[in-house]
Amino acid sequence: MTLRIDVTAIDDPEGARVVAGAPLVGVSGLSRCTVTRVHHVDGDLSDDDVERLCSEVLVDPVVDTVKIGLHPQAEGRAVEVAPMPGVTDSDARELEQAARLLGLPPVRVATARRYDLVGHLDDNDVAVLTRRLLANDTIEHALEGELPPEFAGAAEAHVHVDDLELEELSDSELLALSKQRVLSLDLAEMRAIQAHFVAERRAPTDAELETLAQTWSEHCVHKTFRANIQLTHTASDGTVTLSEHDGLLPALRDVTEELDPWWLRSAFVDDAGIIAFDDEYDLAFKVETHNHPSALEPFGGANTGVGGVVRDVIGVSARPIACTDVLCFGPTDLPDDELPEGVLHPRRIREGVIAGVGDYGNKLGLPTVNGTVIYDKGYVANPLVYCGALGLLPHGSHPTQPLVGDHIISLGGRVGRDGIHGATFSSAGMDASTVDTVGSAVQIGDPITEKGVIEVIELARDTKLYNAITDCGAGGLSSAVGEMGEDLGVEVDLAVVPLKYPGLQPWEIWLSEAQERVVIAVSPDKLTELASLCESWDVEPTDLGTFTGSERLVVRHGDTSVVDMPMAFLHDGLPRREMVGVWVDPAPVAVTTPEIDAATVLGLLAHPDVASKEDIVRRFDHEVRGGTVVRPYVGPHADGPADAAVLKPLGTPGTTAAVLSNGICPRVGRHDPWAMALLAIDEAVRNLVAVGGDPDRVAVLDNFCWGDPTKPDRLGSLVRAVQGCTDGARRYAMPFISGKDSLFNEFDGEAIPGTLLISALGLVPDLHQAIDSAGMQVGDELWLVGRGSGALGGSLASELFELGATEVPTPLDDPLPRYRAVHQAIRGGLITAAHDCSEGGLAVAAAEMAIAARRGISIAVPGEQLDPFTALVNEAPGRLLVSAAAADRDAMGLVLGDHGRIIGEVTDGDRITFRRKAGSEEPVLVELTMVEAVQANVGGVSP
Amino acid sequence: MTRPPVLIPHASGTNRDQEAAQAVELAGGDARVVHVNRLRNGEVSFAEHAAILLPGGFSYGDALGAGGRLALELRTWFADELETAVRKGRPILGICNGFQVLVKSGLLPGPSDMPRQLTLTENSLGRFECRWVTLRVEESAANSWISSIAGSVIRCPIAHGEGKVAVSDDSIVPALHDRGQIAFRYQAAGPSTAPTHQAAEGIYPANPNGSVADIAGLCDEGGSVVGLMPHPEDHVLDWQRRSGPTGGLGLPLFAAFVEAAR
Repeated sequence: MTLRIDVTAIDDPEGARVVAGAPLVGVSGLSRCTVTRVHHVDGDLSDDDVERLCSEVLVDPVVDTVKIGLHPQAEGRAVEVAPMPGVTDSDARELEQAARLLGLPPVRVATARRYDLVGHLDDNDVAVLTRRLLANDTIEHALEGELPPEFAGAAEAHVHVDDLELEELSDSELLALSKQRVLSLDLAEMRAIQAHFVAERRAPTDAELETLAQTWSEHCVHKTFRANIQLTHTASDGTVTLSEHDGLLPALRDVTEELDPWWLRSAFVDDAGIIAFDDEYDLAFKVETHNHPSALEPFGGANTGVGGVVRDVIGVSARPIACTDVLCFGPTDLPDDELPEGVLHPRRIREGVIAGVGDYGNKLGLPTVNGTVIYDKGYVANPLVYCGALGLLPHGSHPTQPLVGDHIISLGGRVGRDGIHGATFSSAGMDASTVDTVGSAVQIGDPITEKGVIEVIELARDTKLYNAITDCGAGGLSSAVGEMGEDLGVEVDLAVVPLKYPGLQPWEIWLSEAQERVVIAVSPDKLTELASLCESWDVEPTDLGTFTGSERLVVRHGDTSVVDMPMAFLHDGLPRREMVGVWVDPAPVAVTTPEIDAATVLGLLAHPDVASKEDIVRRFDHEVRGGTVVRPYVGPHADGPADAAVLKPLGTPGTTAAVLSNGICPRVGRHDPWAMALLAIDEAVRNLVAVGGDPDRVAVLDNFCWGDPTKPDRLGSLVRAVQGCTDGARRYAMPFISGKDSLFNEFDGEAIPGTLLISALGLVPDLHQAIDSAGMQVGDELWLVGRGSGALGGSLASELFELGATEVPTPLDDPLPRYRAVHQAIRGGLITAAHDCSEGGLAVAAAEMAIAARRGISIAVPGEQLDPFTALVNEAPGRLLVSAAAADRDAMGLVLGDHGRIIGEVTDGDRITFRRKAGSEEPVLVELTMVEAVQANVGGVSP
Repeated sequence: MTRPPVLIPHASGTNRDQEAAQAVELAGGDARVVHVNRLRNGEVSFAEHAAILLPGGFSYGDALGAGGRLALELRTWFADELETAVRKGRPILGICNGFQVLVKSGLLPGPSDMPRQLTLTENSLGRFECRWVTLRVEESAANSWISSIAGSVIRCPIAHGEGKVAVSDDSIVPALHDRGQIAFRYQAAGPSTAPTHQAAEGIYPANPNGSVADIAGLCDEGGSVVGLMPHPEDHVLDWQRRSGPTGGLGLPLFAAFVEAAR
């Protein structure tokens, strides 16, 4: 018997959210929305059983009302939404489990959400609300009225392997096959596969072809970053330079090898980069992107983006301790008629992504401590979601050598169709039909399962239960097992893999990107201990097979052969790409700058990129693990943006702390991608130095998000950006330790602005010396470190006031001396507060400091042969505004030398005042009251 | 002096257990984080511990509502052990998810609230929120082990989505007060460490979740079972708060808890 139990929370804020969201999707007539949790319970339950299930589990009598076994009475229009068959219905699984706990007869459960919509709504309104607000048709189905329940069935595989005849296929047929199966392989690659199997005198199986496509995907082997590239670079004066680039990734690695500081533990060889933290511990850091999945299903995409990068850190045997996130969205006020077909509105993407990031990080118990948000029309169809994770591991505790005879054990989640083709899909541009063809590329996150994996791996590492580890990411088992077994060869039986639901074919099990899995190599004598560890932490282990020594990849499903290939072809058979890039520097444009006034500065403070992001950041737990020293918002009202995060890892001895910062300036990249890289590096470093980080102990990660690299202009700008990275690594003497590229961020042939994120990891030698932007006292003097620039290209002011500037600020040649001087002043206790000058220049930096500290500021704007507008809003690199007691003036002068000079003071007033020259009698250039500044930057929070 | 053994049960999804353990250790207790599975199979027993601390996190991913499934497990598997602990007056402290578990399992407010008229539900803003708050330890909770720090102020973060104390009838609030069950209230943040005694009066963000009567935490009538939404375990060292209003460590709360376990 199937019983319907409807539970409604009268004051459920979800209903209010729908009402508030309706006008934003163009529906004005919705006045009320009631949300009901629908449970279809199938089983032999007595009335008493149902009563217990309700009173002990389903219904909170204080806030809920319940209807049992009744067809709901529609109040207005009613829409029901349920997970599609095959999508995990975790509420249903939990209710089944609860029934077991209560000792009730076994039940099957399916759940849904019901929305009763009251107001003046026509059919189109209901359709729009359903599609744009209530349901995501990638993972859910919806119906007006009652949706019949669909219960999950027994999870048996569909054991069927196809052979794919390649021998007779023409070039165009090979390409058609590549496109049809979302292999993202080009003709040379398809031909190499064809030739291999012709030589073997057989046809590849579906699983073999798919395995090759995954392993050879841009995502897994970085084809573009390993290609040989011819670049034609035309300077703005017409000078043409031809250069050959023998691999972009090797170029980045070479600088790291050249620098090779003693504290570098591991770079580029593993899932994450590793540096020394103290005598006992190392830090692992990785930043990933999850752009394509987040465009289709923002919550799930961002959710599993966090889950994926956290697993990268687990994959180097580290305990994850913090997360970062940098998000790029289209403008949230984009008119609906400018939204391309098949694209979710930036508001919805933003809402889903933020909820997804928060949900996963919060549930894992990881503080999300650093990040930023950028809005630009270039990201409407291709939002960028950068997720980072920091981990801690005892030095020398990460084993990397599997042995012949070791068992291949996967730990964690069960396998569904989730995320099939994720690795290859990320190498394809998108258009309106993308959802239909690769809907299965979307993944569903389960942070609690991953949390269990974290606990088990930490304990297994400390008791030396495994010999090698890798995370299951893009390509699923095919990539994880294929990589781990590259040297030895493996034999795997897919019949033992636990499935979420029936009908998966062997190749789907092998490729599924079902989340929350890691694979470890375990010697036979440790299997019992591992099994008992897993049991005590509710983690499901699966013994997939063994490392054989045959140097072949052998996959079976029971007795059915699925894959049998030499590892050598899988890993070395990929033809190297020859590619062509073109870059033309823009011609300089004469810029007419406007007069500066208070409205100019307020406009910059209120720009979405500068305005407070507290409404986002407060949805992420930035305190869990109790190690946050400098948090995202600082000051008496906790609304001044911090430059970087300082963290003291729980359980570490001593006073050393880690610092995380980032630099990103895609506006600059539109004009000069080489400078963008150097300026992003500078931004990351000066943010890190501003909170007390040591500029001589910084490691950085690169994350390139670009358009289709087979188009020469896209590739040209990418090569220039990589050149900027290698030049920057040398100038700042800081190694790249890991990186990631996400290419093909295009929609209907339109590319995103090439976007480079630099993520920096450094150390604060003594956490008690960490500072923030709010610590200044009345009477402190304000020092400006660094000099301005007349080049406004790529600045926020140029965009906001439509100046059309193309010339970007010149990167610094020798930046370290100034940062060392600032660091020395911080360590000496001279500097009371510091803030970097980035978007909006000195004007925004000064205002943000004043807001953070709720103190007045009076500044004499440095001349520097610049007009007042340019002097206040230019975004020259290498500049910090710092405060120090007047009594420390001489000491500051001695430490900073030529790098800084006094430009103003901290006052007990409520004004932020800029003058051309010092002195209260001098004319005022711009003056803001604290109330105005807070209103513009923070919104309606008390001044 | 002996270090009283404090049981910190860990269920899948628990995540503030390590900080809670650190706070208990700093306060002189012997913190023992034990997975619920090991309690269930008898490897470790409740009886060998002098106090129980239910830590924060997302036990079972908020399945069956925040704290719902762990509350159900406690009621199903450990009803006798908990009943014994309460009867013997052993201190029980639930923080955040642990508080939710205590409420959903009926231990808070306790037998006086039957049928249930008080619950923890979604924040008024309808979303998870992380921010520092100021708490006042209420003098009225005279029966509880927290009375040794009554009147003091604790500054610490909240990090929750379902921390709003809601009642089905407003008359319950004075009744709770009269029975000495309101343990902590949200206060306006004062600029100094001195207690301001300025009520939050329901105003966001001092009262961050819309809790009725600014209630941040409760105890049972006997006073041994205490629960609160904010995280005093995240402010037991001075350097954990170096910007904005400082002072107001949470450590004295854990010292009182460990003392009550002696």
